[in-house]
Amino acid sequence: MSVIFLLITCSTLVALIFLGAFVWAVRKGQYDDDRSPAVRMLHDHPPQVDTNTKVK
Amino acid sequence: MMERFQYDNRIAKNFMFVTILWGLVGALVGLTAAMQLVLPSWNFAEWGSFGRLRPLHTNAMIFAFVGNAMFAGVYYSLQRLLKTRMFSDLLSSIHFWGWQLIIVAAAITLPLGMTTGKEYAELEWPIDIAITLVWVVFGINMFGTILKRRERHLYVAIWFYIATWVTVAMLHIVNSIELPISLTKSYSWYAGVQDALVQWWYGHNAVAFFLTTPFLGLMYYYLPKAANRPVYSYKLSIIHFWSLIFLYIWAGPHHLLYSALPEWAQSLGVVFSIMLIAPSWGGMLNGLLTLRGAWDRVREDPVLKFMVVAVTCYGMATLEGPLLSIKSINAIAHFTDWIIAHVHIGGLGWNGFLAFGMIYWMAPRLYGTKLYSTTLANWHFWLGTLGIIFYAIPLYFAGFFQSLMWKQFTPDGFLVYKNFLDTLLEIQTAYWLRALGGTLYIIGLLIMIYNIRKTVSTGKLIVNEDAEAPAMEALKEGHSESWHRAIERRPIQMLILSLIVVGIGGVLEIVPTFLVKSNIPTISQVKPYTPLELHGRDIYIREGCYTCHSQMIRPFRSETERYGEYAKAGEFVYDHPFQWGSKRTGPDLLRVGAKYPDSWHYYHMFDPTSMSPGSLMPAYENMFENELDITTTEKKMEAMRTMGVPYAEDFPTKANDDIQKQSAEITARLKKDGIDAQSDREIIAVIAYLQRLGTDIKSKPVTEISELP
Repeated sequence: MSVIFLLITCSTLVALIFLGAFVWAVRKGQYDDDRSPAVRMLHDHPPQVDTNTKVK
Repeated sequence: MMERFQYDNRIAKNFMFVTILWGLVGALVGLTAAMQLVLPSWNFAEWGSFGRLRPLHTNAMIFAFVGNAMFAGVYYSLQRLLKTRMFSDLLSSIHFWGWQLIIVAAAITLPLGMTTGKEYAELEWPIDIAITLVWVVFGINMFGTILKRRERHLYVAIWFYIATWVTVAMLHIVNSIELPISLTKSYSWYAGVQDALVQWWYGHNAVAFFLTTPFLGLMYYYLPKAANRPVYSYKLSIIHFWSLIFLYIWAGPHHLLYSALPEWAQSLGVVFSIMLIAPSWGGMLNGLLTLRGAWDRVREDPVLKFMVVAVTCYGMATLEGPLLSIKSINAIAHFTDWIIAHVHIGGLGWNGFLAFGMIYWMAPRLYGTKLYSTTLANWHFWLGTLGIIFYAIPLYFAGFFQSLMWKQFTPDGFLVYKNFLDTLLEIQTAYWLRALGGTLYIIGLLIMIYNIRKTVSTGKLIVNEDAEAPAMEALKEGHSESWHRAIERRPIQMLILSLIVVGIGGVLEIVPTFLVKSNIPTISQVKPYTPLELHGRDIYIREGCYTCHSQMIRPFRSETERYGEYAKAGEFVYDHPFQWGSKRTGPDLLRVGAKYPDSWHYYHMFDPTSMSPGSLMPAYENMFENELDITTTEKKMEAMRTMGVPYAEDFPTKANDDIQKQSAEITARLKKDGIDAQSDREIIAVIAYLQRLGTDIKSKPVTEISELP
């Protein structure tokens, strides 16, 4: 069953990567605002004055 | 300062079209396989028998249909969520064509019988390497885009994409460690229980991180977009993401309950599986509640209809999954069609319907037009929904009842259904209904193809879509901004650098496995396969026998009565790869050795109905025509020796003499039963393997336990 150590190591490694990402996200203030991102993603801003491609 | 830029729509369009194309192909292969389970005559050719088409179907649906849908969705949404164009058009293009080439390679090699014999990881090693490379290209393109974003906040969907990329990369590499003996044949580095554990760690997490997390990301983008309202709770989405990814990876052993896997590992898998209900349902509720107050729109908009059913199916499948990993339920459901129904709720419902909803929403926008026909989309929706119902419900019944038949005893303590085939023939109606369900689903798909074709023809592809957004200001002055500015203009250099890093990582991962020594108690009676048996085993793998036959007798009386002594971990130490199987359309074969005379197998493989009237097994006439390829014997034996199978040092060179001897014995035994068999045919090797199965400890008391030398 020694392979389980390989699997646990890999799984833990990935978990640590995610933990690091989580800490990064929190420290960078990614989650300071937990309301507006959900609203902002709804708006795509086509350029005000359109010159070449027509955007609908 | 506002910056102007353009979104790349062509790449999203390309991936969207191949999603539809491969979805249709994969579904048709699936329907063919379904028909083969009711009409064996549908096993139309050597390359088109069930054992080869089933892996083709699963691989096509997972990697071609769901994979391309994921990429289409990611390439469309990532640019808009980050307010930037993709990192590199060239990498996008390499990703697209590379992935399609992999799919074509899979579509050619799997029917030809080139397979590793590990479910959902059947592709041989050169394709495995190609997958790794293309995946790296995708990663660089994605992370490069993230680096040059104009939106500081990473929307939750992007987190799901990132988790997908990181985890799939690791799973794929670890599970694909194999020893090649030629371009088209390799052996899994791991053996027996260890191989099973790695495989299902991979298999489970492939479901988690290839079929689930990317599609949750897509849900968090396309559902709010289609409903034009923010997700119900953004806070919940964050909590649900982080808890899901931390829990998912530990649940794999629930695929091996009651197997020869150590008890503690099984229990670990169960506990984490149950916990998974919480984050999974967090996601489902968040999706459904996004539509609160907008249900009137669901009535009118086919896009939302598809998404509602998709999310509902996700909820059902993720409740069912944990329930199935409870041991007492698993004892009934495992090896039956219940599991097939379960995965199709996920596949047809969650993945399929979310992809369809996404396509109906995205296609008109890519082409600056309106959907050609809402009526046709509604038809697709209802046919698809009916298809799912007709597919799943009969199979739930079939699985449950067949399992009960397997376990049924008379008052005197004998099996009621002694013949496995009887239980299979009882559920034929369900198999017919399943094929009907699949047909309805495919008709829906065809309607979509027509509808999208018409939609596309009324518009024109907006190749580069103009957009503008303020530049992302640096939070504080520092080096962090400058170093990625420097590399983001150099995609090729970054690609090469990443490949080197991945290469080093790969080596680091392989090293410990070379050092790994099995500490499974080895049963001294268990001996390595003879060269002929090994060849037979490779033919068994080539024909995909494991897609219908398990080699894992669970410690239940109903199974030991029917099949013999239950499976021990120590029996499988020479099995590269393991062949436990996951579904019993035919009986377990772990102890089939010496159960029937050689002549029985001979007749049975040529025409299964001659020995078991009504059998649904394909005939394997090819084994009687093909000469056994003994040119590879030495390489095979050397490979086994490299992986620690204790053959004598000079044995590989003499192995072919051993083959001559053993096949002469089998031919002589066949002769006694009046069969004039040619000793150099594949069938002889197959008989040798089947007759060996489980005989090492069959009806002999297991006495000595020793360590592997």
